[in-house]
Amino acid sequence: MSRDSRRTLFLVASVGFAALFLWGLAGLPDFGGYDGVYGETLNRVALRQRHATNLVAAVTFDYRGFDTMGEEYILFAAVVGVAILMRAQRDEEEDTPDDDARDRLTPRTSDAVRVLGLGVFGPIVLFGIYVVAHGHLTPGGGFQGGVVLATGVVLVYLAGRYSALRGITPGASAELAEAAGAAGYVGVGLLGLMASGTFLYNWLPFGTTGLLTSAGMIPFINLFVGLEVAGGFVLILTEFLEQTLVVREVDSGGPQGESGRDRS
Amino acid sequence: MEILQGMTLLFVAVSATGVVLTREPLAQAIMVSFYGIILGILFFVFQAPDVALSQIVVGAVALPLMILLALAKARGHAE
Repeated sequence: MSRDSRRTLFLVASVGFAALFLWGLAGLPDFGGYDGVYGETLNRVALRQRHATNLVAAVTFDYRGFDTMGEEYILFAAVVGVAILMRAQRDEEEDTPDDDARDRLTPRTSDAVRVLGLGVFGPIVLFGIYVVAHGHLTPGGGFQGGVVLATGVVLVYLAGRYSALRGITPGASAELAEAAGAAGYVGVGLLGLMASGTFLYNWLPFGTTGLLTSAGMIPFINLFVGLEVAGGFVLILTEFLEQTLVVREVDSGGPQGESGRDRS
Repeated sequence: MEILQGMTLLFVAVSATGVVLTREPLAQAIMVSFYGIILGILFFVFQAPDVALSQIVVGAVALPLMILLALAKARGHAE
């Protein structure tokens, strides 16, 4: 296709797109306007039905809890995919997990970063647990709190060393947390199935509105989602760090070296 | 309130353009983190605190962190 015909095609397409786009903009509701029915209905009935002051949590973990389970498994599948991609390849080997390994000259972490990291680690973990536990009362919930918890783990790496990070997430603990969280969500659903014949049925007593123990099963689902998300993010981050710091290509000239060069 | 919303919308547009115009990957990772915070503020100003919290932890922390780690790995290869 010649340069002129490409430009003509682009001009025709962009004029058409601009016309449709402006037409669509003209039909938008006014700023702040809302003419749906579900939002208004939920605003009226959700607090009475579920005793959860955070209506977003009532919707995501109860009214459409099955959708959220699907979303949770999207994250689960993505984390598993990353872990598989990041495994040590045939032409790579795992080196000593040391920041100063080989030619990578890392400056020593400054004392300010170390002190701040260690001082902030506790509050961040506490805040993460708070956000997970209060998901049905205030904005937040399992997903947000889980990521906050995972950033606490990253702080340990920033303030300390890689080995310190492995120290607080030993072996398969992140995998275990992720799997337990994913399975726990289904477990809550199955309990509902056993109690009433409906998957994810919220059968626990709803308690007093505003208390930590209110909203029935929603806090438990939040807890499992928090576990899954925190485990998943820690797993992704440790896999990335492992790729960056531990896994090295085998030097060429070695027994398996010649095939390794071609693939990189 | 609407003035605040208009200002944050403007900030989002400016910082998003900044992300696109930054060509150096390392600087771009920092810029995308800054853009993530501004976008989180936008969600908060538009009364969606749940989404704002997700945006800040993912867009401003997790995503730039992964870009930085990938960059570190790529540089290790290049040397």
